[in-house]
Amino acid sequence: MRAFSYEKPGTLAEAAAAGAREGAKYIAGGTNLIDLMKLEIETPAHLVDVNGLGLDRIEETAAGGLRIGALVRNTDLAADPRVRRDYALLTRALVAGASGQLRNKATTAGNLLQRTRCAYFYDTNMPCNKRAPGSGCAALEGISRQLGVVGTSEACIATHPSDMAVALRALDAEIETMRADGVARSIPIGEFYRTPGETPEIETVLGAGELITGVTLPAPLGGAQLYHKARDRASYAFALVSVGLVLREDGTGRIALGGVAPMPWRVEAAEAELGEGAAAACEMLFAGARPTEQNAFKLPLAERALAALLAEARS
Amino acid sequence: MLFDTPAKENPIDRAREVGQPRPRIDGPLKVSGTARYAYEQRDVVENMAYGYPLGAAIAKGRVRAIDTAAAEAAPGVIGVLTTLDVPRHALGPMNTAMLFGGDRVEHYHQAIAVVVAESFEEARAATALLDVDYAPEPGCFDLERVAREIVGQPFCEDDALVGDFDDAFLAAPVQLDVTYRTPDQSHSMMEPHATLAAWEGDELTVWTSNQMIAWGVRDLAAALDLPRDKVRLVSPFIGGGFGGKLFVRSDVVAASLAARKVGRPVKLALPRPLIANNTTHRPATVQRLRFGATEDGKFTAFGHESTSGNLPDGGPETATQQSQFLYAAPNRLVGERLGVLDLPEGNAMRAPGEASGMMALEAAVDEMAEKLGLDPIEFRILNDTQVVPGKDTPFSQRHLADCLRLGADRFGWGERASLPARRREGRSWIGIGVAAAYRNNLLMKSGARARLQEGGGVEIETDMTDIGTGSYTIIAQTAAEMMGVPLARVTVRLGDSRYPVSAGSGGQFGGNSSTSGVYAACVALRTRIAERLGADPETAVFEEGEVRWGNSAVSLVEAASGGEIVAEDSITFKGLGEKYRQSTFGAHFVEVAVDAATAEIRVRRMLAVCSAGRILNPVTARSQVIGAMTMGVGSALMEELAVDKTRGFFANHDLAGYEVPVHADIPRQDVIFLDETDPISSPMKAKGVGELGLCGVAAAVANAVYNATGIRVRDFPITLDKLLPHMPPF
Ligand SMILES: Cc1cc2nc3c(=O)[nH]c(=O)nc-3n(C[C@H](O)[C@H](O)[C@H](O)COP(=O)(O)OP(=O)(O)OC[C@H]3O[C@@H](n4cnc5c(N)ncnc54)[C@H](O)[C@@H]3O)c2cc1C
Ligand code: SF4
Repeated sequence: MRAFSYEKPGTLAEAAAAGAREGAKYIAGGTNLIDLMKLEIETPAHLVDVNGLGLDRIEETAAGGLRIGALVRNTDLAADPRVRRDYALLTRALVAGASGQLRNKATTAGNLLQRTRCAYFYDTNMPCNKRAPGSGCAALEGISRQLGVVGTSEACIATHPSDMAVALRALDAEIETMRADGVARSIPIGEFYRTPGETPEIETVLGAGELITGVTLPAPLGGAQLYHKARDRASYAFALVSVGLVLREDGTGRIALGGVAPMPWRVEAAEAELGEGAAAACEMLFAGARPTEQNAFKLPLAERALAALLAEARS
Repeated sequence: MLFDTPAKENPIDRAREVGQPRPRIDGPLKVSGTARYAYEQRDVVENMAYGYPLGAAIAKGRVRAIDTAAAEAAPGVIGVLTTLDVPRHALGPMNTAMLFGGDRVEHYHQAIAVVVAESFEEARAATALLDVDYAPEPGCFDLERVAREIVGQPFCEDDALVGDFDDAFLAAPVQLDVTYRTPDQSHSMMEPHATLAAWEGDELTVWTSNQMIAWGVRDLAAALDLPRDKVRLVSPFIGGGFGGKLFVRSDVVAASLAARKVGRPVKLALPRPLIANNTTHRPATVQRLRFGATEDGKFTAFGHESTSGNLPDGGPETATQQSQFLYAAPNRLVGERLGVLDLPEGNAMRAPGEASGMMALEAAVDEMAEKLGLDPIEFRILNDTQVVPGKDTPFSQRHLADCLRLGADRFGWGERASLPARRREGRSWIGIGVAAAYRNNLLMKSGARARLQEGGGVEIETDMTDIGTGSYTIIAQTAAEMMGVPLARVTVRLGDSRYPVSAGSGGQFGGNSSTSGVYAACVALRTRIAERLGADPETAVFEEGEVRWGNSAVSLVEAASGGEIVAEDSITFKGLGEKYRQSTFGAHFVEVAVDAATAEIRVRRMLAVCSAGRILNPVTARSQVIGAMTMGVGSALMEELAVDKTRGFFANHDLAGYEVPVHADIPRQDVIFLDETDPISSPMKAKGVGELGLCGVAAAVANAVYNATGIRVRDFPITLDKLLPHMPPF
């Protein structure tokens, strides 16, 4: 870990200004950032602690939705009665992630911005375009069982590991931010993450120092909301594949996948195929997929998990 | 004490303490955080500095140069020691790769430098500033390639050929020829390897985490070219070892050398990401099993060949060990081949040999039972033997069939559908599987010192270690039983090379051997006490805090009033090991649920029935066995060091990537110990059990998965991606 300076601002404006400093980074729960700093994968010169900004509330919006503060802990979000009642998918996805202790610390914003779990990203001896742009991708000729099958590029096949983000993607969340100049904006989650292309080190559309202040959920969708996270052990493991499904009584719904792409993966057109079954939907979800030999199983796995959720939702 | 004839009745048979379910006496220290582990030692030395190791970034080659200037100039840095500063050192007889010294890189993350600083954080930060110039060389990292190349080469030891296997196999009316694969596995114990090293003149003390104190002293003295009496090794608490701490590792050597260089005590722990590649692992195997049998299910030909790889001069994974002993067959071919691999050093991990051997063997035995149309349990019992196959040596005890039958009854084996993929509950296929459990019972010389303190307390000193197993407790129970005092009157001191040399913790020999050593020391102490009191040591009874003989009774408090009485002895085993085959047996039962959609496998319940002589403490023995069963589930379903065959290293080198079972994976475990004693084994009439609990578990899981799905995966671990292509559509 490199030496760094630290401050804990009390207002949004101060935080946004501090975040724009050269080498600055926000720290929330620290459950991802600190690990990466210990390994010198992240080397911020300055940490801006956002825990003192009062961003830890969940409020109802005029549009009948919820506004979730950026600092709301994963545990609290999952347990909120409004979330459990109206956005069950979000609760289900959250409690499938990490462990109880981690969820007590982990925040909404930090979870959205957690970085990939590719083993080579974590080993600074290895080439990795995401960690060291231009150095190559060790995973392509190495171990790729966990990695992405769709939306990936020649430069990087890593996945975004979040469970929460899968639910937020299916629920059409918007991410609210404040830029260093104090200007706020709202970014639909579908536009928030970037495909890796030639620059896998750039993962979102956030500008330098742009602070996430909260996440807004539109009015509840209703329907059955189910999440299945397939993994090698029963808990405390990142998804091989996860499937979030919303199925409404009129047969319409939403599908988002985790563990398959550099972002929570949703193809709206696939949702029109819901009535045709999992295979039809997955054909669209995985259009253009480029799995490796080691992770090709993710395609049938996702399809079967979706089929199981559809059966469950309809029963 | 020489143990060369079967044990007669002795004070242990009173079983007032030994055999009782006592909670572990070191438990309060552990749950209150006051048991000091190696890295937590702080007030034992003054002026301590912190070391941080650097692991090599290449798998094979040479270190040409290391630029230390930036690191040396970094804040807090006291000194930097690199592998180029010290020559290659002498290695212990069971180490293969260099621990610290010389310019050769033999494997990834081999320790090549240590930075010493005032704080841990400064040492770590400065280590990242080291600039290493490597001359990489190509290596061989692919066991499959090695296995292909050495097919047909002679076995490492060619003593396991009986009759004429080839002819018998060809002639057998029912044949099976299958190849199984087991992966490299990491010990991944909770406590990383850690050492605090301090020099006083030419004398070195290391507080470390080590299973075998005397071996550690021997190997560290050799590495540093010191006389053994100049080295003290202290290891009172160990946060798991599983064989990964049997031998001195790089933390000990690097901390000692660094401490000498900077002239201050140095504390150093291996960072978690270094554990998988810097230390040892259980090597992967490719195992071919060929069975021939008569139509009615008797083995006529039994073949088990295993190939593994290791660094030059390393040993094979002895995965066919059990196959010489487990089932009768007149014609046998059992042996291991070894090829060269440039991966990190393969070495002992809990039940070396049997753990991976039984994974393959006991799954293949189920395959054979199915071919024969026999019940897996009946097939095993049909081929049971009371003598070592091909020899006349009897087993000291062998209750394999009892274990299988009792387990079948308790587990509800009758509910098992004899055809696979028949039982469905909701979205899950349900299956039940069985496997025999087998592990050799090893015996090791073991010594102890016993002291009757003034005041009547009993103190035991031995360099035995407690790696979480319960050694403190069973040793206290043994002393309490022998001396006729309550457990609370016994103090146990372990893990210090100043104490008499014990068996140490390994190969499931520790519990039985070390308590036997304590038994010997207590016999000697009883003799001393009796002599002081003028009693006949042979007939004096030690009971309820008193020594009783004839019509006399003297309390131990009184006996010690003239000053403490000390005796030391050790137990040496001789002869009975040749006359009898000593082994432990058991049966594992597992029920699994396999998700019909995703093929995720979850264990629903498990049972182990163990036949392992006297159980010294059913609480600590059970905890050993359930821990081993958990490890077996890991072997079956998830544990695998992922070999990057391009770059030559284990890529998933942290606990996020190397998955071991978590609580949610282990819903229910039951353990039954057969009520027995084995007088051939030791005066304790006990045997090992900590490794028995692992051997066979993964095969039972594999057999349960087969029973649930009809899919036989011969490539461990059994993960969903290996099942999916064969699952019926969902
Ligand atoms: C062992 C382990 C297992 C895990 N398993 C899972 C799992 O199964 N599923 C899963 O989804 N997750 C898992 N996680 C990840 C966990 O969910 C994340 O670590 C956590 O959500 C990150 O939140 P945090 O608040 O601690 O973020 P931090 O570590 O504080 O920050 C993460 C990133 O977000 C940035 N950031 C934080 N807040 C803001 C803000 N307000 N504005 C702008 N940038 C900000 C930081 O600069 C940093 O780059 C696991 C983590 C661990 C350590
Ligand atoms: S997949 Fe991405 S994160 Fe992994 S090594 Fe390649 S570039 Fe790095």
